[in-house]
Amino acid sequence: MYNAGKIIPGLLIFLGLVTFPFWSNLGGAYEAPELVMPEAEEECVLAGDWMRANHMILLDDWRDLAVRDNKRLFTNDAGKRFDMSLTKTCLSSQCHANKDTFCDRCHDALAITPNCWDCHVVPTVGEE
Amino acid sequence: MAINRRTFLKAAGLTTLAGVAGHAAMELLAPGALEAARPESVGRFPEELTAKRWAMLIDTKKFTTVQTYQRSIDACHVLHNVPHIPGDQEIKWLWTDSFKHVFPDQQHELVPDAIKNQPFLALCNHCDNPPCVRVCPTKATFKRDDGIVMMDMHRCIGCRYCMAGCPYGARSFNFWDPRPFIANIDPYYPTRMIGVVEKCTFCEDRLARGQIPACVEVSEGAMIFGDLDNQDSEVRRVLRERYSLRRKPSLGTKPHVFYLI
Repeated sequence: MYNAGKIIPGLLIFLGLVTFPFWSNLGGAYEAPELVMPEAEEECVLAGDWMRANHMILLDDWRDLAVRDNKRLFTNDAGKRFDMSLTKTCLSSQCHANKDTFCDRCHDALAITPNCWDCHVVPTVGEE
Repeated sequence: MAINRRTFLKAAGLTTLAGVAGHAAMELLAPGALEAARPESVGRFPEELTAKRWAMLIDTKKFTTVQTYQRSIDACHVLHNVPHIPGDQEIKWLWTDSFKHVFPDQQHELVPDAIKNQPFLALCNHCDNPPCVRVCPTKATFKRDDGIVMMDMHRCIGCRYCMAGCPYGARSFNFWDPRPFIANIDPYYPTRMIGVVEKCTFCEDRLARGQIPACVEVSEGAMIFGDLDNQDSEVRRVLRERYSLRRKPSLGTKPHVFYLI
């Protein structure tokens, strides 16, 4: 190979840089952040495990159903009724009143920034 | 273990088949189980106000000055977090304008001064034939079965075709983040974000919970809201008794805001 002395070290440096995100994060285990659960409510709209994995699907469905189909009343498996509203139900003072200690802790740990809050107002923020 | 191309393709094909068949089987055995919100668990509030065709009447004899209109405008703008931006890039859902701008077809040099100088309330006309809906490329603005021309702010990409299409100037565009321009944010109604078009929605979120539009509620009878399709409704009764105007009728958009003269 021509110029092997330059190409091979160059390739090694390139590979090192490209794989940097992988090996630099090796070893450190992901620690789930500790969330502050609502005091007033015991049960979520749907099962906790399902909500943990799929809350965005539910919120997305609620959004489309409320705005486009004008359906705003949700009945869960236990027969309990909910207003399909992020601010009036999920973020109400009775439930996840504190966005910082519930929503943000997970979102920050996973480096996710949902754009919901660009429009929807966190009730406690509005009261300030 | 060595794997040749033939074995790999077989396995890949079987896996795809299993995936498709699995989804089909789930749909067959437990329809909708893979979706989050099952349709049977979603409905409407029992107290919801419904109509076949919503319409609004504005009594121009009761509303004669900006002050009389202001209560309705404030009620609307406070409730929906409409920002107060001075200048020509203001956001407005409900506003007043002069006779010659609201009714350009009716304007002539002999219109009485009192009417010429009287402000008239203007808002989205919730047309039967809305040009804004026709031109919206993302279907962010759409017409509901009950005649309300709705805005889905989630889906708006801010192209402003609807603003060009609307002959009533009833739509506003957020050139800035509106939040700094809202004096008191109501946490129970979203604000908008930069780059989104907004307008009056006939308070469809209030109708869904059994309340009439906020502007009508505080107007002390100067505005009437109801079902135009119902012969016995108040809107039909008043329209039978009083002469009314619609804005720019020659355009054929069939507005559903009527001005009682």
